[in-house]
Amino acid sequence: MIARLLVAVLAVAALGAGESTRLTVTGSSTVAPLVTEIAKRFEARHPGVRIDVQTGGSSRGLADAESGVADIGMVSRALKPDEPVLAHTIARDGVCLIVHRSNPVVALSDQQVVAIYTGQVAGWKEVGGPDLPIVVVNKAEGRSTLEVFCGHFKLKNADIKAAVVIGDNEQGVKTVAGNPAAIGYVSIGTAESDAAVGVAIRLLPMGGIAPSVGNVRSGTFPLSRPLNLVTKGVPTGLAARFIAFATSDEVFDLVRDLNLVPIR
Amino acid sequence: MLALAAIPALLVVVIIAFVARASAPALADIGLLRLFSDPGWHPTADAFNLWPMLAGSLAVMALALALALPLGLGCAVCLRFFAPPPASRTLRLLLALAAGVPSVVYGLWGLSELVPLIARWRQPGASLLAGAVVLALMVLPTIALTAEAALAAVPATVLRGAAALGLSRWGTVVGVALPAARRGIMAGTVLAAARALGETMGLLMVCGNVVQVPGSVFDPVRTLAANIVLEMAYATGAHRGALAVSGLVLLALVLALLLLVEQAPRRAHG
Amino acid sequence: MADLAPVRRGPARADWHSVVLAALAWGAAAVVVGALGWIVVDLLGAGARRLSWQFLTTAPQRSGRSGGIAPMLVSTALILATCLAVAVPLAIAAAAVLAVPVSSGAGRARRLRIGLDLLAGVPSIIFGLFGAELFCRVLGLGFSILSGGLTLACMALPIMVRVLAAGLAAAAGEHGAGAAALGLSRTTTLLRLLLPAAAPAFAAALALGVGRALAETAALIFTSGYVDRMPGSLLDSGRALSVHIYDLAMNVPGGDASAHATALVLMALVLAVDGLSAWLLLRRRPWPAGA
Repeated sequence: MIARLLVAVLAVAALGAGESTRLTVTGSSTVAPLVTEIAKRFEARHPGVRIDVQTGGSSRGLADAESGVADIGMVSRALKPDEPVLAHTIARDGVCLIVHRSNPVVALSDQQVVAIYTGQVAGWKEVGGPDLPIVVVNKAEGRSTLEVFCGHFKLKNADIKAAVVIGDNEQGVKTVAGNPAAIGYVSIGTAESDAAVGVAIRLLPMGGIAPSVGNVRSGTFPLSRPLNLVTKGVPTGLAARFIAFATSDEVFDLVRDLNLVPIR
Repeated sequence: MLALAAIPALLVVVIIAFVARASAPALADIGLLRLFSDPGWHPTADAFNLWPMLAGSLAVMALALALALPLGLGCAVCLRFFAPPPASRTLRLLLALAAGVPSVVYGLWGLSELVPLIARWRQPGASLLAGAVVLALMVLPTIALTAEAALAAVPATVLRGAAALGLSRWGTVVGVALPAARRGIMAGTVLAAARALGETMGLLMVCGNVVQVPGSVFDPVRTLAANIVLEMAYATGAHRGALAVSGLVLLALVLALLLLVEQAPRRAHG
Repeated sequence: MADLAPVRRGPARADWHSVVLAALAWGAAAVVVGALGWIVVDLLGAGARRLSWQFLTTAPQRSGRSGGIAPMLVSTALILATCLAVAVPLAIAAAAVLAVPVSSGAGRARRLRIGLDLLAGVPSIIFGLFGAELFCRVLGLGFSILSGGLTLACMALPIMVRVLAAGLAAAAGEHGAGAAALGLSRTTTLLRLLLPAAAPAFAAALALGVGRALAETAALIFTSGYVDRMPGSLLDSGRALSVHIYDLAMNVPGGDASAHATALVLMALVLAVDGLSAWLLLRRRPWPAGA
């Protein structure tokens, strides 16, 4: 009887002790692979700590951070002014246009891109490419890469005439790699990693600037978005220590490993 | 035992209640009429027309069943009436294997092999046809294995009777066994149709996801289920509610399908 | 099959109907095998180089692009076990209600049937959100293997019940009267007589249920979660193989090879589980019912 009571008390105590060494991070599936690797390194340096990373999308990350369901949220875009959370940027990610590797077009002007995406230019021949219809690949509404794209080219999503709509960046890459007539826009990190292992795509420069990680870091490449960890108010305790670690230069190699851009 | 059997029906009620509760605010704000008459689906621009996606879901399901039913029945007949034991064991295992392949894998294969193939024929490749083929592959095992189970349930005495009457293999299978197994085959087909309406990941990758009523099998479409996955990750506020409503519409569609099947006229012998 | 008429009837006149039927049947099987074969060859081409003993026994590194899938294998096995532990008894109970009609039970059977068909039509993403709400939040299980297994049990139930019910109905037709004459109780009749006689249907039901469970992705993302650590208990979050495949293929740039290799491992797992259950259930056949 006493033994059972003792076990119960110890169990409750263990439960209580466990709470302060555990973090829950939810949100964007784009940021999740990076945060998972950062969390693993953090756990290795702080034995006994557990950081659980879950996905569900940027809007979930926002909602969970706000409501307290999660300690930290992951959001793959800049915060809007009416969102009541604090953002801590852990990486930047450029957005660039990609075409099939066999497409001879090496650059497109901003006006050409707008004309292609609004359907005014329908054939590759008109912009110096092969005699094929242009298959326009656009992102689904609400996605941050779409908003960055539309913001830069001053387009409204309703004006875009797309032949294919995609969700994740990899889907965009695979769609373009499988179709010599396709054009799309994806995260530079994804496109560079894939092109490096031989996937049949080519990245296009924007306004003459090459789409490289270096150019995004220096700010010369015009299209990029921040990858953020968000918290409700100023973070404290374990969450604060994790965020400090995630924004330190000790994780820059992890950021670069995913072809993302370190914040410094 | 009886109490346990009540759980599925209870579960359905709870799920419907859950989706209904999530849709209530959007239904109140947007209203049922606008869901079918707005100028297109642009949630960030306050347009919420579900009809093109509803048409897309129905079209993909119908085409997929048109492909999967003959193939599935053919496999079932082969398993039950033609294949010797080693071959039938292998085919049955392959079908069971196909049932366990995640839709992501079918979708990936579709995206990297099927879509480029169709694109060479007619752009953009990602289309109703691609979705139907991938979906047919996904529901085929269900149809084949349930049809086989139904055919196996036809009593041996009935089959022996047919042979005694001098019926050919064709006569026995088409004239006796298939009609006798009709209920079971129908049940399997309904399950496949329901699964087809609810399929998300695989179709997301190969259908093209353009919100339009398909004019031909080469047109890209967006299904209701794929739309939920596609937009949920970034949807906030009213957009989220609209997605919940599309979920409710999907459930209503499945219910309508089921009731339609239940009312179908039956012949005297079940 | 020995009872059926041979395909060719008589020396002079070929029964071309049956020949056509045979061609169609074998043709269908060939198309299906061909399509599956294409997919497997594709997977092997892209993923075979990642397969190794290390792949099966170590943890993932660099977001899964190197290292292995051991934690995912364990999580998947646990999720599957939970799912079957819940779904199988429920399926037997529900199938019994559908297959063995009781005079007062016609309405109940009809409600059950419609309920199951509706359940089959719920999109997996809605199951994911519903499971997250019911099991993770309301029941307090959080992101856990248990939540995932319970959600999957709901999803696998309809197909399992339908297949099992068909088999039980046939068995009841052949043996039910005899059992009643012997004065056996309904439960005894079900468990000791009908279920063993319906072993092939049970095996098929298991195969389809296992398949449904292992193939599911969207529902698991929201219930058993994304954590790629080796799970310590059923209450831990664990990444299933299907979720890992999805992440590697769609989220992690350069993760293709690992995604295809993981898919191959998953298929091997399906084969192993299905093969095992078929062997266990079909090796002893007390009654050659319907051969």
